[in-house]
Amino acid sequence: MSGAEFVPLSLVPLLTGICVAIACALPGNFLVLRRQALIGDAISHVVLPGIVVAFLIGGTITTLPMLLGAAGAAVVAVGAIEAVRRLGRIETGAAMGVVFTTMFAGGVLLLEQSDTSSVHLDVEHALYGNLESLIWLDATGWSSLLDPQALAGIPVELPRMAATLFVVAGFIALFWRPLKISTFDEGFARTIGLRTGPLGLALVIMAAIAAVAAFDAVGSIIVIAMFICPPAAARLMTNRLEHQIAWSVGFATLAAVLGYVLAGYGPLWIGLQDSVSAAGMIATVSGLILAVTALVGPHRQRGSAAPVG
Amino acid sequence: MIRDALLLQLGYNATLVTLGATLLGMAAGVGGTFLFLRKRALVSDAISHATLPGVALAFMVMVTLGGTGRNLVGLLSGAALSAAVGLLLVSWLGTRTRLAEDAAIGSVLSVFFGFGIVLLTVIQTMSAGQQAGLEGFLLGSTAGMLRSDALVIAVSAALTLALVLLMRRPLTLASFDPDYAVSIGQNVRRTDLAMMGLVLAVTVVGLKIVGLILIVALLIIPPVTARFWTERTDRVVLISGAVGGLSAYVGAALSAAIPAVPTGPIIVLVGFVLFMLSLLMSPERGVVSALARHRAHQRRVHLRQGLLAMAQGQPIYENMTLRLLQRQGWARPDGVPTELGRGRAARALRDESRWQVIRSDPAFEAATAQDDGLTDIETVLTADQLAEVDARIPKAEVMS
Repeated sequence: MSGAEFVPLSLVPLLTGICVAIACALPGNFLVLRRQALIGDAISHVVLPGIVVAFLIGGTITTLPMLLGAAGAAVVAVGAIEAVRRLGRIETGAAMGVVFTTMFAGGVLLLEQSDTSSVHLDVEHALYGNLESLIWLDATGWSSLLDPQALAGIPVELPRMAATLFVVAGFIALFWRPLKISTFDEGFARTIGLRTGPLGLALVIMAAIAAVAAFDAVGSIIVIAMFICPPAAARLMTNRLEHQIAWSVGFATLAAVLGYVLAGYGPLWIGLQDSVSAAGMIATVSGLILAVTALVGPHRQRGSAAPVG
Repeated sequence: MIRDALLLQLGYNATLVTLGATLLGMAAGVGGTFLFLRKRALVSDAISHATLPGVALAFMVMVTLGGTGRNLVGLLSGAALSAAVGLLLVSWLGTRTRLAEDAAIGSVLSVFFGFGIVLLTVIQTMSAGQQAGLEGFLLGSTAGMLRSDALVIAVSAALTLALVLLMRRPLTLASFDPDYAVSIGQNVRRTDLAMMGLVLAVTVVGLKIVGLILIVALLIIPPVTARFWTERTDRVVLISGAVGGLSAYVGAALSAAIPAVPTGPIIVLVGFVLFMLSLLMSPERGVVSALARHRAHQRRVHLRQGLLAMAQGQPIYENMTLRLLQRQGWARPDGVPTELGRGRAARALRDESRWQVIRSDPAFEAATAQDDGLTDIETVLTADQLAEVDARIPKAEVMS
């Protein structure tokens, strides 16, 4: 396939997919180890009412208010889960279930009640996203990557996702030691004076930022998959956190590339005409990777869970 | 219109759906209770998302065989099959690998759902078949439901509820006291399996009414709501069933009566309203009663401290204490004790001295355990014991 075709049609979705996958997998490593893996699931459900409310208030579907609405909803959800957990003395899983299903239901109801049919805002879009639509119209070939004029027309999702990835990676690099210590031994972290509460909250907020930024471009399902599958698969490969992060980045990239290619070209190979959902395929591939590591990963058994360090 | 709906006056289909939803809500409330008590509430999330590829595959198979793909029983069978596979994978990942259960749940739900979406996009490009019926499975839809569909839902909801009621004894035992259940020879593993099967059945039946994303709410919210009202398992089960049934009944009726109100979300929101009422209002665990208890305790502490200060002739500066003492008629606005107040103060001081005596005596250890600085010693000790204690108080301190 030539650059003249690949660069405008596939380069941007592919790179965006990779950025989303890595930006979600990085915090996902800590969430999986802290048994908060389902935070990603909760966040991606509550983003919907945030976006709907932002739309109802702002009246437009411009990006910034939507991102603010989604981020606001994520913060509200985290606060509400904590409130239900403390006020009602209910275990975390059930508290999460109550809050995110209710907020999602509220979002759907608002969506149906308000006249949003004229705009590109619907539940299916929120769930699947539309990675394939990120077409770079101004590109003519590989040379466009050096052409400032063409670069100006690149779909905004790519630079936004790249910036998100940068922020998330920066957060993890900056707080590497406290994150690592508090993840493996919260008691010890507290005795040496780390503020584990705010740190945990900051991690969840980072996850929310990654989820919200990814949401518009690729939908919620791939976000949940990327938070959990690559880190979980990586956990079955190694006992060292540094290596686990590296594995998860590798798996995330592999899932994004392979998933995108399979979605775009796979059906053609078996004689079908149309491509299938790229987001869905990326999630599927990440699951297959997890399945392989669960069957043959060197550290798949619980017995091999020596202290990670 | 709403009254008609609540009284089941909107025709045969709507009535069947409302009744089916109610039965389903009751089954979900009861089944969800066991899941909640076993701390596995979110397993239902994985189960429900795992139904999507099954629905899509069943549709494709039925279309390939020459049908329209709209047969509800066929679609639900597919859903049940793929949800069962998802459930097995969750338990396999959770027990055979070192992944925690939440990671197992999350990975299964996202991957199955993702694969389901891949299949849905394949279906969109298929020329045969009416895919219109499929979209309802995401968020539930009762609009345009065929008479036969409504009947299927009502009957299978009734069957599910009957199943739950049949199995409630072993389930209750295994949920609340697994050790005891094992000791009397119950196979807890098999009971757990049965519980999962039950949740699976509820999920599959609920697909068409509330949709696969929101059926989770019907399994989680009622038990959490019920938990506020009682400490006893059997009652949690009953109340949860009632909450689930009521949410589904009111929600389904509202959705039938008001245009553009989708069934699934409104049922969930009705359930959430019941949850919020319970969180705030329940007598034992509710927020309002907890606040009231806190205030009452605060008042007792302030009164006690005020009385002790008065007894020792110290001035009282603290506003709330002063206000409370005044309201009881124990002090004048300027803080000077009244006659009545002086008497109460003396009693408080004597009580304090008595506590002091028994605190240092190991013979009163049991009574000392109830010493919170507020309890009257007279409620803890007998008259004889009190006399004995009084005899040991240095005379100068006793005021009466």
